Amino acid sequence: MKTGAKILVESLQREGVDTIFGYPGGSVLPIYDELFDSPLRHILVRHEQAAAHAADGYARASGRVGVCLATSGPGACNLVTGIATAYMDSVPMVAITGQVPTSMLGNDAFQESDITGITMPVTKHNYLVKRTEDISRVVQEAFYVAGTGRQGPVLIDLPKDVNTRSIKDVPLTEKVSLRGYNPTYKGHTRQIDKALELIAQAERPLIYAGGGVILSNASEELLGLATLFGIPVTTTLMGIGCIPCDHPLNLGMLGMHGTEYANFAVTESDLLIAIGARFDDRVTGKLDTFAPHAKIIHIDIDPAEIGKNKRVDIPIVGDVKSVLKDMLASVKKKGVYDAWLTKVRHWKQHHPLKCKDDGLLHPQYVVRQMSELLQGDAIIVSEVGQNQMWAAQHFCFKKPRTWITSGGLGTMGYGFPAAIGAHYARPDLPVFDVAGDGSIQMNIQELGTVAQYKIPVKIAILNNMYLGMVRQWQELFYDRRYSYTELPSVDFVKIANAYGVEGVRVESCDEVMPALKAALECEGAFVMDFRVEREENVFPMVPAGAAINEMIGGHSR
Amino acid sequence: MKPHTLSVLVENRAGVLSRVTGLFSRRGFNIESLAVGPCEEPGMSRITIVVIGDDAQVEQVMKQLNKLIDVIKVSDLTDNERVERELALIKVTAEQGTSRAEIMQIASIFRAQIVDVGAKTLVLQIIGDTDKIEALEKLLRQYGIKEFVRTGKVGILRGSKTVTGGK
Repeated sequence: MKTGAKILVESLQREGVDTIFGYPGGSVLPIYDELFDSPLRHILVRHEQAAAHAADGYARASGRVGVCLATSGPGACNLVTGIATAYMDSVPMVAITGQVPTSMLGNDAFQESDITGITMPVTKHNYLVKRTEDISRVVQEAFYVAGTGRQGPVLIDLPKDVNTRSIKDVPLTEKVSLRGYNPTYKGHTRQIDKALELIAQAERPLIYAGGGVILSNASEELLGLATLFGIPVTTTLMGIGCIPCDHPLNLGMLGMHGTEYANFAVTESDLLIAIGARFDDRVTGKLDTFAPHAKIIHIDIDPAEIGKNKRVDIPIVGDVKSVLKDMLASVKKKGVYDAWLTKVRHWKQHHPLKCKDDGLLHPQYVVRQMSELLQGDAIIVSEVGQNQMWAAQHFCFKKPRTWITSGGLGTMGYGFPAAIGAHYARPDLPVFDVAGDGSIQMNIQELGTVAQYKIPVKIAILNNMYLGMVRQWQELFYDRRYSYTELPSVDFVKIANAYGVEGVRVESCDEVMPALKAALECEGAFVMDFRVEREENVFPMVPAGAAINEMIGGHSR
Repeated sequence: MKPHTLSVLVENRAGVLSRVTGLFSRRGFNIESLAVGPCEEPGMSRITIVVIGDDAQVEQVMKQLNKLIDVIKVSDLTDNERVERELALIKVTAEQGTSRAEIMQIASIFRAQIVDVGAKTLVLQIIGDTDKIEALEKLLRQYGIKEFVRTGKVGILRGSKTVTGGK
């Protein structure tokens, strides 16, 4: 006979889970009692939101399903932002929540919340388990659903009595079979041939690669396709890392804060090959003027993304890796794009991203120095806002899964806890969180977690004493009326020290590299408080509703 | 914008209906009519939903519905040869005398059945498509409709085509 809690922990182990991020509470006491002497590693965070983000960061860095655990009611509710963050970026995650006993469900019992109801629109699927006999099957299904097809978070809600009841072991089937869930992995052969024909005929082709390439571990195949044909590649925020930044065919990020050359290339291209990307509004700007001359090939595992925002000429539904492999195996003829590549190279040369060299401490400089020091051999996590865009623009990423950021939901406070998760996924790599002074204060309590477990996460705060991105919009579009975006100075080093974490304040350019080196050499966590130019903006920028080639703050305007 | 009749085959589980309707409400769609019940497959239910929306919007909702783990199949019956029916119960004021006789006459023209006779009311049962039910309602309004209950539309394809298992 086994309790539900024991069955749960054994089921997690069977799924290969090694680390859980969580926070205890009344309704999960039976589970925590099981964890006490289980080989599963549990990391006690300081806020449940951080548990969800840490599980998410773990998943993004490793490609495996991340797991978080919280108690019923407030604990479960605190996970919601983290679950929604994972949902928007298709991150495989299983969130386990405690629930009041089945006899009290729906009675407004102490610490009760209808978490399956609350998370319905932000999970791929969720379960309220009412019988102990179902736990093992539900866990097996949850991991299967989270980690296959278009990945996403799955929540399992476990009432306390379901966890305490003892039953005989329930035998499990080898394979999960769900009659309503059959993702398509293999692309349609005829569509693939048609796509290859279009590519061969094109004169100005461009690959637009998104997070799907990273999720499907298809960077190698993507690079194979790009180099075989000689097609330039632009990536979305989520696609960064799928092609090395210093690769001659790489055009960097496109969209609102993309490079001018990437956006010019999209606008002039006659064939856009969208791979694992979803034509998000931050990428396309004004939809009618996005890739106006291009035919579009769209490869995606989710049929609902095809044609959602933009009409597509050749849709290919399937797993990006599998489709790209099939494409590479069926190439018959190649195209000639010499004139196009010359043009793209010219743009790239004459419209580089800018970083002022006036001796003042600019945030872009900090990111560039970090890039110089780490040479791509690190995981960079970001918060959300200007810090995120500067990191995306100026850090030279060389490998997939080394750039971790909240793209779809844009969750401030994501970076620090996600960096904790990333460390457990890749303890061999240094992990840096590029933060702003606004974002870091949304989950700064996690200094307690990194201190307790000696987690060597390095936090680089680009401190401008503003909610910088909102201030930038106020400057540009609201007559510099800085409504509630100014933040008072905070002594982040003192806060770090109070938790037992080392830190340093940096106020000039020549202190940057020594601080970064000190952080890297420090065995534990380290906080760098970079006092950067306060009113620096993220440029270039496509104003909301404009065409993406109409950028401000670049070289053209 | 036109009415679409969607037939959705789902697992018969707690929460399925709210998963399905949630995809409509988050897009600001109002569901015009909804009918749910068990079907030919054990453990499954069939939902018939009528929504008003443009073709692209409805196509997007259908694709999203297909992504739900508990949804087995989704079909838009709108542009197909189909039979659609709805059942309505109408409680109408029917005082002794001429109005009662008139109502009974109307019922017989519409092939509606009188399923309850009260001292001051009659309950009519009518089965038909939306037009027929609304025509009857309109005619009965002059006598005073006390209550009007509709099942929501159900639909089925004509001929041998079906909306059954396997996505």
